[in-house]
Amino acid sequence: MTQIFAYIPFKNGTAEDVALEYPAAAKKIDPSAGLTAVLTGSGADLDKVAQEMTRIYKTVVKVDHADLAYPNAEIVRKALLDVLPHDAVILAAHDTFGMDLAPGLAVKMDSAYAADIVDFQGMDGSVLKMVRQELGGAVYTHVTADIALGAVITIRPGAFAPTEAADAGGTVADKSAEVKDLTAKRKFLEVVAAEVGDVDITKADVLVSIGRGIEEQENIELAQELAEAMGAVVSCSRPIVDAKWLEKSRQVGTSGQTVKPKVYMAMGISGSFQHLGGVKGNPFIVAVNKNPKAPIFQVADVGIVENILEFMPELTQAIKSQ
Amino acid sequence: MEILVCVKRVPDTAENEFELNSAGNDLDRDDLVYSVNEWDNYAVEEAIQIVDNVGGSVTVVTVGDDESEEVLRREMAMGANNGVLLSDAAFEGSDGKGIAAILKAEVEKGQYDLILTGAQADEGAGQVGGMLAAMLDYPYASLVNKIEVVNDTTIKVGREIEGGNQEMNEIQLPCVLSIQTGINEPRYVGIRGIRKVASVDIPVKGVSDLGIDAAAVGKAGAKTRRLDYFVPDLGDGAEMLEGSTEEIIEKLIEKLKAKGGL
Ligand SMILES: Cc1cc2nc3c(=O)[nH]c(=O)nc-3n(C[C@H](O)[C@H](O)[C@H](O)COP(=O)(O)OP(=O)(O)OC[C@H]3O[C@@H](n4cnc5c(N)ncnc54)[C@H](O)[C@@H]3O)c2cc1C
Ligand SMILES: Nc1ncnc2c1ncn2[C@@H]1O[C@H](COP(=O)(O)O)[C@@H](O)[C@H]1O
Repeated sequence: MTQIFAYIPFKNGTAEDVALEYPAAAKKIDPSAGLTAVLTGSGADLDKVAQEMTRIYKTVVKVDHADLAYPNAEIVRKALLDVLPHDAVILAAHDTFGMDLAPGLAVKMDSAYAADIVDFQGMDGSVLKMVRQELGGAVYTHVTADIALGAVITIRPGAFAPTEAADAGGTVADKSAEVKDLTAKRKFLEVVAAEVGDVDITKADVLVSIGRGIEEQENIELAQELAEAMGAVVSCSRPIVDAKWLEKSRQVGTSGQTVKPKVYMAMGISGSFQHLGGVKGNPFIVAVNKNPKAPIFQVADVGIVENILEFMPELTQAIKSQ
Repeated sequence: MEILVCVKRVPDTAENEFELNSAGNDLDRDDLVYSVNEWDNYAVEEAIQIVDNVGGSVTVVTVGDDESEEVLRREMAMGANNGVLLSDAAFEGSDGKGIAAILKAEVEKGQYDLILTGAQADEGAGQVGGMLAAMLDYPYASLVNKIEVVNDTTIKVGREIEGGNQEMNEIQLPCVLSIQTGINEPRYVGIRGIRKVASVDIPVKGVSDLGIDAAAVGKAGAKTRRLDYFVPDLGDGAEMLEGSTEEIIEKLIEKLKAKGGL
């Protein structure tokens, strides 16, 4: 029988949302598989989350060690190698911690690796069929891996329906004693909080959000004028911040801000999952993009195939003359 | 500091509208525009800046076909000192581990203090750096947006984590880092720069030069395989507004009014 282990990330005593999404993923891999939650950490925070997880998972494994208090991927990997069977199927989240941990873990486990999986399409013998995206979401692929000798798989946060069941009545097994050497060549120092900017895009009801389609720094003015006419605030995708055209506090996405506007105007944004990961609260999304195949059109409510550099000024004018 | 930067030639997402081929199982590759992976440019720029500060040299390496040579030249035009092309029919169809195993063999031919990769490439996997580090038993940090050289054996790195917060770590050399965009501003490469390195010799190495077991890499060695490309039927996507720009704007304004956008 397939044994699936789900690595539960948590912060300040609260599990990340993906903890509720693993059960649906596991069921799609193999409905008959055993599913165990795995937590590493230290002290009261760990115990609190482990206890919480017994409501969702029948078996919960915890590893408690002072060196695991902050999730340093190198140390977590060592702990997992000590406590998990090497033919296990290990699920992690495709987030900044999962990206740090999972590829190296797959090497050390001598397992197959699959990253950022958005769907599973069952097994043929021990060969698992999975779905992922490439090229920033422009295309999908099927990938297969023989998982008989183990696999490490990261799933995209938000891609699997969260479980509503909260009555698993599970138990916590403490495997701390099985952990051996946790020395590491990488040492965690501190977390430096992101800069706070002059505007708070998280409070705006309407956002005019620009992406790489803005092409030149001086074109940002076109978005500012539109935002002014709409009573909106300008936000952006990551490349605009990388180019230092707008400040970091205006970036929407997993490595930027999470916004909850009523209306989100995505102007020249392709719609990568890291960008859309910061758009919450089910806003009305208007996408303007010159590429009719842009992935943003899969999630937008209204799509317009136009050049934003021409479209935005015309829209501004039309709004002003209302 | 001796620095190796791993780079990949990828279809440019900004320049292409991706379509499936007529069989519907692969990209239509006929007219694709390729360039160097966006993240790798930041990695090469960072390597050049480190060497400018503390001395040493930058080598760029890629696993690919003949055409991949062009991305090595581009990065050499930026300022990388050496280029190496790892190319062999036996490498075709490698999965992430296969690529990492090939790169490992090249790393072991040199004396590198620091190995940089991009945070992710065209397949959006973000896997090769972490795998390479684990195979070499080197420490690893992903999504690095700051590097500070402390001394010959230690560096400080910032990792960009959720919310744009920065996780600071101290890490021992030699190590592997995957570089996140925004760490620097990659320099512009003009035609003249490319011309300057047009005739520089770039060695090509295959299975036997690297001493790799051909069965462990390529399609044969791949544990994870891509079956096909497809575009799913996602049900209702966006309602596309059509007509003249004027008509579109009229419809859009109606909708924005209804949804509280105006
Ligand atoms: C760990 C990690 C975290 C990340 N976090 C974030 C994040 O928080 N936020 C974020 O945004 N990204 C993030 N990214 C980057 C993300 O993967 C994408 O690279 C990025 O979102 C792409 O931005 P874009 O859509 O503006 O650019 P592109 O993908 O280049 O898209 C530009 C779009 O503009 C269109 N276009 C071009 N010119 C015009 C024109 N004149 N008129 C109309 N349309 C035009 C093109 O057709 C294209 O669809 C992250 C990546 C990683 C690896
Ligand atoms: N074929 C390749 N040759 C050299 N480096 C590669 C290759 N594929 C991936 N890489 C490196 O690994 C990084 C991450 O790619 P990936 O793991 O494919 O998302 C890239 O940015 C490159 O630095």
